[in-house]
Amino acid sequence: MSVLQPVRRFRPRLPRVPLSIMLVSAIILVIVAVALLAPWIAPADPLRQDLLGRLKPPGTVGRTGVTYLLGTDDLGRDLLSRILYGARVSLSVAVLSVLVSTLVGVTLGMMAGWFRGWTDTVIMRLVDIMLSIPAILLAVLTVAVLGPGFLKLVLVLGLTRWPRYTRVAYAQTLQVANLPYIKASELAGAGAARILFRHVLPNIAGPILIVATAEFGLMILFEAGLSFLGLGIQPPSASWGSIMSVGRQYVERAWWIVAFPGACLFLLVLSVNVLGDWLRDRLDPRSRIR
Amino acid sequence: MLGYALWRLLQAAISVFGVITIVFVVMHFSGDPTLLLVPQGASAEQIETLRHQLGFDQPVWVQYLAYLGGLLQGDFGQSVVQRAPAFGIVLSRLPYTIELAIGALIVAIGVGLPVGMLMATYRGTALERALAAVVLTGQSVPTFLSGILLIMVFAVQLHWLPTSGVGDVRFLVMPSIALGALSMSTFARMTRIAMVDELGKDYVRAALARGLSMRAVVLRHVLRNSAIPVITIAALEIGNLLAGAVIVETVFAWPGIGQLAIQSIQSRDFLVVQVIVLLISFIYVATSVAADFAYAAIDPRIRLAR
Repeated sequence: MSVLQPVRRFRPRLPRVPLSIMLVSAIILVIVAVALLAPWIAPADPLRQDLLGRLKPPGTVGRTGVTYLLGTDDLGRDLLSRILYGARVSLSVAVLSVLVSTLVGVTLGMMAGWFRGWTDTVIMRLVDIMLSIPAILLAVLTVAVLGPGFLKLVLVLGLTRWPRYTRVAYAQTLQVANLPYIKASELAGAGAARILFRHVLPNIAGPILIVATAEFGLMILFEAGLSFLGLGIQPPSASWGSIMSVGRQYVERAWWIVAFPGACLFLLVLSVNVLGDWLRDRLDPRSRIR
Repeated sequence: MLGYALWRLLQAAISVFGVITIVFVVMHFSGDPTLLLVPQGASAEQIETLRHQLGFDQPVWVQYLAYLGGLLQGDFGQSVVQRAPAFGIVLSRLPYTIELAIGALIVAIGVGLPVGMLMATYRGTALERALAAVVLTGQSVPTFLSGILLIMVFAVQLHWLPTSGVGDVRFLVMPSIALGALSMSTFARMTRIAMVDELGKDYVRAALARGLSMRAVVLRHVLRNSAIPVITIAALEIGNLLAGAVIVETVFAWPGIGQLAIQSIQSRDFLVVQVIVLLISFIYVATSVAADFAYAAIDPRIRLAR
């Protein structure tokens, strides 16, 4: 018989996740799932018009036997299906533009923090300049000049919102740059790109994730705002913002066209903000309010 | 102090110069800016004439220098739709936007400061959690959604307030709330952080130990010391409010520069849009310089650090 017996089995300690965080994560997951599955779960074709069934209230049974659970819009299209497909557009614009701005912002920030000297001066001055133009206005002007379109929208949003990432990546890189393992890697002959992306980036990823989460919520609002102004997603495809832009004209007769996409937008942004605050408190103990 | 002031002004000048350059680049994104400036349905000949008039047949760097030179002389270009100086058109609409921004700032500070103070003072209580929900809501509602909801409830259903347009102060109430909501959240958060920071300091504990009431300590010492970060936020928020007016003014048919921007985009009057972007950016730079000066005047550590 062995003397050494396991006293108790090793159990990894799971971080305690508050109920509210589980709830908002569930909301985000559901919205993402719905967006991905839109073609399979939408009850109707989001583009099929029924001019005799315009502005029908939620629950109306259409002539083809379909029930319009959330009513129809000004062209008799099923609002539920449009919201489901709209989720794809809103989410993909936000995700892609966050990716673009992270890529640009973090690369520039790491370069400024690593090379210092004039690279630092030029990049950080550019950050100051970009931050003194209100982003929504720059986006409005650029989209107006370029013309609307999905890809242009992503690029415009991505390229107006990078400076925040640069500031964080810069400050973090300065902190990390003098650590022994970075020095060792440099002495071993690693190039700047390898050091920055292989060694610096993983160590500064936490703070960048915090910025990205906050920016994700903002991007959703920006896209919705631009589409609401008629500068974003163009018909016949729709995002939540552009559905609301149309619904606004009928708000007194057909409240549902604004109310349902508006509620989705609010829930999503709220959830992202709650999650972002929680992530910041967990990953950055200094910001935690005592 | 003089050295600091000069250094800060130089920084501001560089920012202004940078903003002008970026706007110039954006206007040239489309390739030929002439096409942005001609009225719809212009003939090829007219386009060619205008291109030559505006100097768009010159090399880009010549255009850039001419553009800078024009701006230095206060020439912001002509509106092709209204056939008048673009700057004058924007300026005539600016008072409405300023009025709206002031209304929104009153909402933001009037609600945000007390909320932030209460959250810091009653930390860990049900009151704090309830107020945190208010702050989070203000931060997550799109401006146009809150605008439409306000119109639906207070104008369409209750008939308390006019739907949209301008007039007496009643017209200002809903747009100010819609525009100020996001700033309100920012103020509340920042006030809370500044006060919690301050409340944790030794002098607060010392004052409490000497028998002062929490109320007296907060009112007499903590508020004053928490003011500095809040002043900075106020300056930065003015720029955000002016920019946010683009959406709010569209929802409420408010005739300020935000509505002008959208109308000008629809009529392809891009020089007017460009002037609006420049103007708001300049105001933004100016207010942040003013905030830094106020900051330095209050806190000697800042002006001596350089």
